[in-house]
Amino acid sequence: MSMLSRVAENLYWLGRYIERAENTARLITVNSNLLLDLPRRVRLGWQPIVDIIGASDLYKDQHDAVDERSVLRFIVASPTNAGSILHSLTMARENARTVRDIIPREAWEQINHLYALVKEDINRVYTQRTRFDFLRQIILGAQTITGLLSGTMTHDEGYAFLRVGRNLERADMGTRIIDVRSASLLPDLSGELTPFENIQWMSVLKSMTGYQMYRRSMRLRVRRADVLRFLLQNLQFPRSFLHCVSAVEDCLWELPNHEKPIALVQSLQRKVQRINTDKLEQSQLHDTLDNLQLGLAKISTELKHSYF
Amino acid sequence: MTIRWGSYKIKGFYDELLRASGRPRPAAASLCKYLRTLKDKEIEEYKAASDLAIQVMGITFRVYSEEEGSIDRAWPFDIIPRIIDRKEWQAIEAGLVQRVHALNLFIDDLYHDQKIVKDKVFPAELLQDSVNFRKQCVGVKPPLGIWAHICGSDLVRDKDGTVFVLEDNLRVPSGVSYMLENRQVMKRVFPELFEDYSILPVDDYPSQLFDTLASLSPRPGDQPEIVVLTPGVYNSAYFEHAYLAQQMGAELVQGSDLVVQKDNCVYMRTIEGLTRVDVIYRRVDDLFLDPEVFNKDSTLGVPGLMRAWKAGNVALANAPGAGVADDKVVYAYVPDIIKYYLDEDAILPNVPTYKCNVKEERDYVINNMDKLVVKPANESGGYGMLIGPQASDEEREKFVRLIKRDPRNYVAQPMLILSTAPTLVGTHVEPRHLDLRPFILSGDKTVVTTGGLTRVALRKGSTVVNSSQGGGSKDTWIVDLEGAGA
Repeated sequence: MSMLSRVAENLYWLGRYIERAENTARLITVNSNLLLDLPRRVRLGWQPIVDIIGASDLYKDQHDAVDERSVLRFIVASPTNAGSILHSLTMARENARTVRDIIPREAWEQINHLYALVKEDINRVYTQRTRFDFLRQIILGAQTITGLLSGTMTHDEGYAFLRVGRNLERADMGTRIIDVRSASLLPDLSGELTPFENIQWMSVLKSMTGYQMYRRSMRLRVRRADVLRFLLQNLQFPRSFLHCVSAVEDCLWELPNHEKPIALVQSLQRKVQRINTDKLEQSQLHDTLDNLQLGLAKISTELKHSYF
Repeated sequence: MTIRWGSYKIKGFYDELLRASGRPRPAAASLCKYLRTLKDKEIEEYKAASDLAIQVMGITFRVYSEEEGSIDRAWPFDIIPRIIDRKEWQAIEAGLVQRVHALNLFIDDLYHDQKIVKDKVFPAELLQDSVNFRKQCVGVKPPLGIWAHICGSDLVRDKDGTVFVLEDNLRVPSGVSYMLENRQVMKRVFPELFEDYSILPVDDYPSQLFDTLASLSPRPGDQPEIVVLTPGVYNSAYFEHAYLAQQMGAELVQGSDLVVQKDNCVYMRTIEGLTRVDVIYRRVDDLFLDPEVFNKDSTLGVPGLMRAWKAGNVALANAPGAGVADDKVVYAYVPDIIKYYLDEDAILPNVPTYKCNVKEERDYVINNMDKLVVKPANESGGYGMLIGPQASDEEREKFVRLIKRDPRNYVAQPMLILSTAPTLVGTHVEPRHLDLRPFILSGDKTVVTTGGLTRVALRKGSTVVNSSQGGGSKDTWIVDLEGAGA
């Protein structure tokens, strides 16, 4: 039985939305931690988070100030912000609902459970005391869904679409985090602030849960060029750009009519491998990342064209 | 200990679990004894466990409200089951099989020779005025000559214990998934009761439905491609459409997933291109099925579907036009229909129904408005109904005028006093009225669900069992008293 185009598309978006909710929860966790670590006068506040999820204009339309509570409400609970955790989970649930006949029952139950948890306990994000536990539950909930799908769903075409969605979203979010975090790095890095630059690159790694893995695999102190090499070009780290794009390629080989999308994915792989992170100036970094995101967008357009 | 059967009031009702004396009926004896041993805290725990199971399992139904739009609500469920002795059930089952068999012969006859009309058993003018008769279906020969493959008949029990058929739903009856899910919830909450009792299983239904649909395939021998056609996520029964598709391993499709090609075959759009479809279990109403033939603005249907069906290239279940027998005036003729086609008396009685198109019966209705419930033929969900004993003189006079103006559109029935069953209210039990909807599958075999969906009016004194209006449901146990352990 071959897969309905609409179902394939729903699974793809289910993968994307679950991943988006998890990434946003990780982002808030790391930013909260970072704010505790930086000296008051160089704190960057919450604006970068709004920038990362690409919703600055919408935020500006709806708010006068960038205060913690407003930003948190906006990125966790706002029904109008398509990137908010609640919206992502609502959409994940709606997509899951329309493919209930395809995904294992346990996964559907877990998606429901996570949605209900976030909807009911959303106030816990506003106070620091309960925030970390709340976000941790979202991250674990999303990972549980990923694990249940991996462990109980037949690894067929439908599963391939889920993984394609998840990995494209992850690659996309990764480039956004690097882009915004590095652009908003301290403008004037005089000697006394050096330790804090370090902290910021660590936070980039942590946003992508890469800190521990970076230390293990690079065995180097945290240095910009190495961090970028790790997050963009490492093949083994599951949140690096190259790994995500390669995972997309693996999935595509299992699908029919894959010539065109695979050609695009391979070209993007070559593009990221060609980047020389040692020589990459801050000013070029933004264009480079832009270019990678464009590559991702092309793939997602091609998927729509080939399959949906 | 809070469930005390001594204080459970059965006044003028037939109770499903207890006799008028307050002693449990034989099939319910163990359950009543068990419930009596529960402490308040345990009852609360079981109730919470069932609520949690329903939430986690995502058992919902959609309601529309002015303030919130279309929202999902958790399925209201009562943890005390309704119990029917297997012996009694077998008689009901035989009655349902007989009834649906006759209704299918009736529908097939109406779309071909109309013998029953020529023989003056069924009045020609009723057929002319039927809003569910589809002239586009005249002469079509659906596979096996069957039109209503899935039927949901509503049964009620009167105060003396007689089981009546209240209506037959032959269009797109829903509710069966809740019957299946209710059992799952009960097994999670009361596993120990299932060890003590010999309760007949219900979970065969999806495979029986699959077999029924497969027997209609125009390409026998092949593995048939079966799909469930849903109006979409916002339909109130969407949960059920998805559930049944999943349980049958069939594809759940929307109109936009299907296309009819020049060869008059139906195909679905897949990631590999077009795949031919053999059988469509459609949960979309007739008038939205095919914009080429019916409602032109319908986006739920598939242009050309009727062409493909008439050409015999795809089977539709239920067949378009099957709803002609799903009408309150036709209902009144069912005993005659059974007699006419099968030469048998109806095993299950109809609720006595006065047909206003027949003069003597109309006169009786007009003279006894204060004792009767008057229903229009083609409305459902209780719209446009008059409950005589509770109505004002003015309202009754208004209905007399309506009946005189359009007698064919009205029937009347005596007020029934629906049976009750103990239902949890807080941590004690009170009687609540209920009905039962079994489902009958007709293909190369005829099968009836084991029991069905019991719907219960959760509001005190109410007889409205619809989930959108304060109704809930109970698990329905067909219990084999002669089986082990009872």
